[in-house]
Amino acid sequence: MASRVMALFGRREVVQTAEVEAAALRSDRFRQEREGDWRRLDAIVTAMEKGRLRRLSDADVLDLPALYRTAASSLAIARETSLDAATLAYLEALVQRAWFQVYGPRSSLAVWLRQFLGGGWSAAVRAIWVDILIALAVMITGTVAGWLLVAHDPGWYYALVPQDFLDARVPGASREVLQGTLFGQDKQDGMSVFAAYLFSNNAQVAILAFALGFAFGVPSLLLLVQNTATLGAMLWLYHGRGLTLDLVGWLAVHGTTELSAILLAGAAGLHVGRAMAFPGQRSILAAAQENGRRAALVMTGVVLMLIAAAMLEGFARQLIVDTPTRLGIGLFMLLFWISYFVTFGRRGAEMGAEP
Amino acid sequence: MKRPDCPGRNRTRLLVTPEGVALPVTIASRGARAGALVLDFIFIHGLMVILTLTLLYLAFGVLGLSDKADPSGNTPAVLEFLAILWIILMFLFRNAWFLYFELGPRGATPGKRLAGIRIAARDGGRLNVEAVIARNLLRDIELFMPLVFIASASQGGGDMGAAGLTAAGWFALFMLFPFFNKDALRAGDVIAGTWVIEAPKRKLAELLSLSDGAQGHSVVTGADYRFGEEELSIYGEYELQTLERILREGRKESMVAVAETIRAKIGWTGGEGDEHAFLEAFYAQLRARLEHAMRFGHRKADKHG
Repeated sequence: MASRVMALFGRREVVQTAEVEAAALRSDRFRQEREGDWRRLDAIVTAMEKGRLRRLSDADVLDLPALYRTAASSLAIARETSLDAATLAYLEALVQRAWFQVYGPRSSLAVWLRQFLGGGWSAAVRAIWVDILIALAVMITGTVAGWLLVAHDPGWYYALVPQDFLDARVPGASREVLQGTLFGQDKQDGMSVFAAYLFSNNAQVAILAFALGFAFGVPSLLLLVQNTATLGAMLWLYHGRGLTLDLVGWLAVHGTTELSAILLAGAAGLHVGRAMAFPGQRSILAAAQENGRRAALVMTGVVLMLIAAAMLEGFARQLIVDTPTRLGIGLFMLLFWISYFVTFGRRGAEMGAEP
Repeated sequence: MKRPDCPGRNRTRLLVTPEGVALPVTIASRGARAGALVLDFIFIHGLMVILTLTLLYLAFGVLGLSDKADPSGNTPAVLEFLAILWIILMFLFRNAWFLYFELGPRGATPGKRLAGIRIAARDGGRLNVEAVIARNLLRDIELFMPLVFIASASQGGGDMGAAGLTAAGWFALFMLFPFFNKDALRAGDVIAGTWVIEAPKRKLAELLSLSDGAQGHSVVTGADYRFGEEELSIYGEYELQTLERILREGRKESMVAVAETIRAKIGWTGGEGDEHAFLEAFYAQLRARLEHAMRFGHRKADKHG
């Protein structure tokens, strides 16, 4: 085997020397001497681009960085010594393609996910604490405003609460009817489908809340106000019939997770918007980029939280029908999220800040 | 020789690798990006339709389920499972398609690949997962929301008043964002620190100095072409590259025309019908001369230089 490889090499050397003598120009001789390496790099990069990593030999993979550097230095020299435009263009394209492979996304998705759950996410959440506080204040204000508006004039209720909640839950409904909406089991059939639907729907809304942050964060906050005003209006309605705690329990099962997720989505949007409105010492683009990548981490977590919320809403809330247990689950989930965000990933460096 | 207008000139940027080599990259044209997006949407929605039909066929054709609930009032578990699968897959198609492909080794979705473009980090560093997630989270407000709002605003009915028009205009801003900056960044690119560039793909062209003609010897006429210092000094690098392009294209008419021009310029006569060898010889000797000067630090950009 080894001798065969040597024979191959030997023959190529001979062929190359023959060609070197044939080329009239010094810069073409330069190319002839290195062409073999370039073509090998080309073949490796092409295989990598096609995702055929398994077809590459270990030697190929090991040699990739060296071949890349050789090609890069060939390009640097050729620029100073050669006027062959086609060769220069080829080298530029080759070095750029190789550069994408050598400096491409390093971590596989699995590795990335492990880093993300093991601290990257919670570190990003901690880094946007200012925005979380602002978003929290906005959500509380929205709830209070919703309550006050409806208390002042019940007509507001129809403006604040979306259509599909207006079945029995309207001002003037009796205590029994309202209680029925909290403890009814009519949704038991097809609960898991319901949960999947909730997730898909909520995740799309959360992504929207985040994306709106691009307009300096204002629309994100408006969306938060609008959603929590609905909450305030419904709280007022059930409060009037002495069902406050039961409604809170009904909401808390999944609500502590879902509202936290919405809070984080709004805060992430605000984080991006704030960078664009007040970039500080950095350029707007640099600020938007730094905050945007951090917010993307938070948002990936938001989607995961919404999966959990949909499971809780689809299953737990329909199966558990007494208020203390519902409150217990809600409280447990809240404590779980808070302790996760506060304690995880204290030591490691922030994700996305890698060189 | 007149310099042709080069439309790509203002789209070229320099990207410096960690090794210190400056690589020219070309910003993808907005047309190519729009085309790539349309292609991706065709793929995504085509797959969605195929998948939905397959699941429906599975449920009602193969498994023989009926959409009516059985006497106990419960939907069959299999049907429920298929429904969940469908909802999750639809969500993934809408959100994960771009993520999955842009994180791949090509940095491009199938649509982008066909359009010959890819994404890259603007600062020349690694393209990381966060960046790809960030640039794709904004797609909703850049595309779906504007379309919804503009469609309902254009119908003008219902409760779409001045507020609706304002919203439509505001969303249109996001959609048109790439037209308002020189790097054609869309909103997602801004917060992710990415841009979309042309994916280069070139074959290594043949050497031009290997043939007999390049040695100055014509196979056709047996003549030897040797040019003197005076004759070679009239042209610079720009003319050399034009000559290279014409030799590589190999079109007879343009070679005749160029050979005519050169002969007139340097005061040569004869050699008609042997343009290829003449041009090869002139190219090789001009290049040798210019490269020689280059090694001593003298460059001549064009005939005026």
